[in-house]
Amino acid sequence: MNYKAFMAMLARDVRVARRNIVALLFQTFLQPLMFVFIFGRVMVGSGYMPPSYKSLLLPGIMALSMVGTGIWAVAMPLIGEFQFTREIEDRLLAPMDISWVAIEKVVAGTLQALAAGLMVIPFAWLLLRPGVDLSLHRPILFAVVALLVAVFSACGGLALGCSVEQTHIGLMFSLVVAPMIFFGCTYYPWSALANFPIMQKIVLVNPLVYASEGLRATLVPQFPHLSLLAVFVALLGFNALFLTVGLRQFHKKAVS
Amino acid sequence: MAAGIRTNELRKVYNSAPPLAAGAGGFSFAEKRSKGKQPKPEIVALNGISLDIHAGEIFCLLGPNGAGKSTTVGVLTTRVKPTAGQAWIGEHDVWKEQSTVKRLIGVVAQRPNLDFSLTAREILVFHGAYFGLSSHERNHRAASLLERFKLTDRADQIVRGFSGGMMQRLSIARAMMHDPQVLFLDEPSAGLDPQTRLLLWEIIREYNRSGKTVLLTTHNMEEADALCQRLAIVDHGRIIALGTPAELKASVPGGYLVRVRFGQHSPNLFERLQALSGVREVRATENSGADLYADRGGSLVSEVANLALAANIELCDVHISEPSLENLFLHHTGRSLRE
Repeated sequence: MNYKAFMAMLARDVRVARRNIVALLFQTFLQPLMFVFIFGRVMVGSGYMPPSYKSLLLPGIMALSMVGTGIWAVAMPLIGEFQFTREIEDRLLAPMDISWVAIEKVVAGTLQALAAGLMVIPFAWLLLRPGVDLSLHRPILFAVVALLVAVFSACGGLALGCSVEQTHIGLMFSLVVAPMIFFGCTYYPWSALANFPIMQKIVLVNPLVYASEGLRATLVPQFPHLSLLAVFVALLGFNALFLTVGLRQFHKKAVS
Repeated sequence: MAAGIRTNELRKVYNSAPPLAAGAGGFSFAEKRSKGKQPKPEIVALNGISLDIHAGEIFCLLGPNGAGKSTTVGVLTTRVKPTAGQAWIGEHDVWKEQSTVKRLIGVVAQRPNLDFSLTAREILVFHGAYFGLSSHERNHRAASLLERFKLTDRADQIVRGFSGGMMQRLSIARAMMHDPQVLFLDEPSAGLDPQTRLLLWEIIREYNRSGKTVLLTTHNMEEADALCQRLAIVDHGRIIALGTPAELKASVPGGYLVRVRFGQHSPNLFERLQALSGVREVRATENSGADLYADRGGSLVSEVANLALAANIELCDVHISEPSLENLFLHHTGRSLRE
């Protein structure tokens, strides 16, 4: 690995993110916060949802923001750079193994996802208060889960970004991202699917389930959630899988 | 230390359309495989390319679109994995020592691939950072290259709005940023206005004078003739001729090419054309035409016209070419580079 080249690429991504900060903020937070407002504020305030739903919703929204941000931050530039602008070619010619170019994208995506996850908490808390009952009594476990979720989002973005053609971006969102969000236990706990036993088993192939449940387990443990061991094992497994697939696809795109 | 380029029997066969790294499209199709329900066509892009480009030389790959020029550059710049054969930059195997090789080379791709999210100056500075240049050094080099390529007044603008010529100049400046020993330019003057093209030629010559090796591809014969010390003519993934421009031009029988077209085909007339003094070779072409390779041009036309008149065959078209690389390409392939 060439540390200088790697850090220079990271600095380049930070420069670009800083330049597009306003658009990036809207893109990251507008949709989750609208959801928080409608479900946490309007629906709870009018009595259609119990007040405890506010606390249940927040970890799910955090998972959603992180995964959305990570996937978007890695997949969209890769799709464009490989197929349209080709601007990644300059980085592929930097004096280091090209796998590190992909890993740099994953690191940049992870940092963005972490930033999104950590920023959405105060935003959502401001919108929802009072009545949000967060408990951060296991900060290290929370940090590990958040990191695993962020890495998952970035690795998922790498795998998707190197597998999807530019013309299929719409399809990617409607066939992969949208079902993942709706069946990802973001707006409800996994235990709420008990009435749909088959679906409850099927959704376990969805990594977002472990992201939402993991954050729920460390932020609002008073609600039923999957065991943290299951969350760790599943997220580590998904991260390894997506990173492996992503790197293989990246090589296929980069070298013909 | 200057580095040369060597390849040994490079072969590249694609099983699908050549992707991004190969650059241009248009390849020759080999026999289809018979196995499987939907046999994929095998596209032979390189069919045994062996080159030995000396350190400090300006070498040119000349050939039509799809000849395999960009694929050769792709292999030499680590972006295309050869199906067979080897390639070296200096003493370093391109495939096995990629990081070392990438330090030695600078690449200007056929299509602009500038970072659209950055300004011109940032593009150069970040490129320098990828190659480990110190902050002071990369800022200094970026400023002097921007000046050299007449881009200083737009240096701090995002390149998205740049014209094609400006993007091309910036691409070349970027490739020179880390002062590579070998510079690859894939169709560098395509789409440039004549003034910018001359500036580009001068910059390439100057870079070469500092002892650097330059490999450029082109389908422009004037460019190859004006710029290169040696060149290889490539067609269908093979090298069909290699030498200095003067040697190659001298290898065409006679040197001059007189292309004629008659109202009707007449083998008898062709025999008489062959017998004309100075005519080395007569080749029948499409539409009752003939290519006369001869050691003279204009003075032949009246004699050809007289022969046609005597045979009562209309002479429809005449074109004279002086000794050129175009004639050489035509002589080897039967096709014009411009076709």
